[in-house]
Amino acid sequence: MASEESEACDCSALPPLSPIHLQRLDGRQTYDYRNIKISFGTDYGCCIVELGKTRVLGQVSCELVSPKLNRATEGILFFNLELSQMAAPGFEPGRQSDLLVKLNRLLERCLRNSKCIDTESLCVVAGEKVWQIRVDLHLLNHDGNIVDAASIAAIVALCHFRRPDVSVQGDEITLYALEERDPVPLSIHHMPICVSFAFFQQGTYLLVDPNEREERVMDGLLVIAMNKHREICTVQSSGGIMLLQDQVLRCSKIAGVKVAEITELIQKALENDRRVRKEGGKFGFAESIANQRITAFKMEKAPVDTSDVEEKAEEIIAEADPPSEAVSKPVLWTPGTAQIGEGIESSWGDLEEEDEEDEGGSDEVTILDSVKMETEDQNVGNHIGDDTPIVLSDSEEDEIIILEPGENPKKTRTQANCQQGKVPSKKAIRKKKQQPAD
Amino acid sequence: MLPKTFRHASWPSPEVVLYWLAFTWVEMETDLGSSAGGGDLSSRGFGCSLRHFACEQNLLSRPDGSASFLQGDTSVLVGVYGPAEVKVSKEIFNKATLEVILKPKIGLPGVAEKSRERLIRNTCEAVVLGTLHPRTSITIVLQIVSDAGSLLACCLNAACLALVDAGVPMRALFCGVTCALDPDGGLVLDPTTKQEKEARAILTFALDSTEQKLLMSTTKGLYSVAEFQQCLAAAQHASHHIFRFYRDSLQRRYSKS
Repeated sequence: MASEESEACDCSALPPLSPIHLQRLDGRQTYDYRNIKISFGTDYGCCIVELGKTRVLGQVSCELVSPKLNRATEGILFFNLELSQMAAPGFEPGRQSDLLVKLNRLLERCLRNSKCIDTESLCVVAGEKVWQIRVDLHLLNHDGNIVDAASIAAIVALCHFRRPDVSVQGDEITLYALEERDPVPLSIHHMPICVSFAFFQQGTYLLVDPNEREERVMDGLLVIAMNKHREICTVQSSGGIMLLQDQVLRCSKIAGVKVAEITELIQKALENDRRVRKEGGKFGFAESIANQRITAFKMEKAPVDTSDVEEKAEEIIAEADPPSEAVSKPVLWTPGTAQIGEGIESSWGDLEEEDEEDEGGSDEVTILDSVKMETEDQNVGNHIGDDTPIVLSDSEEDEIIILEPGENPKKTRTQANCQQGKVPSKKAIRKKKQQPAD
Repeated sequence: MLPKTFRHASWPSPEVVLYWLAFTWVEMETDLGSSAGGGDLSSRGFGCSLRHFACEQNLLSRPDGSASFLQGDTSVLVGVYGPAEVKVSKEIFNKATLEVILKPKIGLPGVAEKSRERLIRNTCEAVVLGTLHPRTSITIVLQIVSDAGSLLACCLNAACLALVDAGVPMRALFCGVTCALDPDGGLVLDPTTKQEKEARAILTFALDSTEQKLLMSTTKGLYSVAEFQQCLAAAQHASHHIFRFYRDSLQRRYSKS
């Protein structure tokens, strides 16, 4: 099993902020986190983190790029959190909402500015090639506290990720495929994790890990990013609430306890996945689907008997009507007006048709000679006359084209008749063509 | 089950049109590529199989319906919202507006995703009874979780189970099957990424559950009419297994009432 679940933790050592003992909507205590579940995909650097019902998909990818000019020896880290429409109906695709900008900035501060990843180790050739590590986070279900779930997903994905090995010999950079050489993990100094605190009634009440309903009614939010060494990486207070000094200190104490628990869980999950991969056991998301769940179902590899498909195909082809001739080749009536499929001839380009016949009428297959003769006759006779309907006026308006109504119906009718007649294949037409018209 | 008017509400029915389109396209294709794609297939027996399947429904709390579908290591997560309020600009007065959003795992959606979105939307439109919910929107959001071959087929299967979970009325269920043709003429069902790369042609079909008729087909590469029909026949065989999987999983889900 490539997943871990934490139990609701015991925080009785810390006194509740408010003397009145109140219970939360989902039955948690004030300082309780929801259950955290971490599952890994088959690819390196892919994980899904579930924080209660909030779900985040994380995926890390890498690319060799040229470094930034002022930082020639440092790799590039890029974070991108996306609020998918799947997560909540209110999220619009492709829009940078205030919430999204705020969350992305907070994640960057938590993970990039805390220097948790050794960016210098991502340098391949100074000033020329460095690794760009891209962390994509997709919110799949929004049930509050996106920041905590996203920060856990990001750091788990980064820890799980392996980049392809490279070697530099002179000017030559060799990139080894996953099969050739074992991929290399990133060097991670520490694991910063965000912990959110929601304040109610101007700071009278405090809750850890607010869910979506609690977030809707909260007055202020304090996010503390910390690693397991109790080093604070980022603090952000939003919602315009005035916090007292001891409130912030108390929150940082709580954060220290929570971060230690979460870090332990992450390490356990990573260790578990590593062991399963090493032993050659089954891993990936298929293993993390709980078998006992009534909404889940699995089916083993199913053999499909395809021995009779050839006969069946032959049968269908034999039964099917031979494709009608009109479909076989696209017909170019005039530059810009072509026809494929059945149906009668398009009359859109009729006026210019005669000109086209002059150029390359011989390409057409579907027109029988009788029709062709007719058009060619018209060609000779009407060529000068045809130009007359096109009047170029001196005014600002463009060409005025007067369509001739008389000719079209007659012609389409002959065409239709020809198609209805016995025209079984292309060859027949060609034969007819070679012979003089009857 | 349904009043007859719904089945013949629009003419020609979408499946007929799609079938016709597929047919004409095949004819054109073979006309152009008969020199390369012609020739009969070598005999094959029971070699084809589907990878292991797994699904989970109703795993997300916010969407009206959700499902995750796994075919081997390929995994897609789908959330469905609907029938819900629709933007006035997108409103259709006599039926529901169907919207499909496909999100890749890395980066922003590109042309490939847009094209898949359209294929999925056309398939869903052929089976969803949108006329029962006029002036509403049905939104299907697909998130690729991992791609290990036969991605479009997996998207279609996941979308179908999510629509079922959301309780959207449908004329029939549908499934997606991908076939690959080896360079030596062999037929592979439900190919992996490696098999897809080696293949001469890849054909993906969407089939309905009542008559196993073709709802959508998209192909890549060169093949003959005979090969197309063989793939279609094989896909129809495979679809029986997939629909049985749907049935078993739904039976399990509603076994306790």
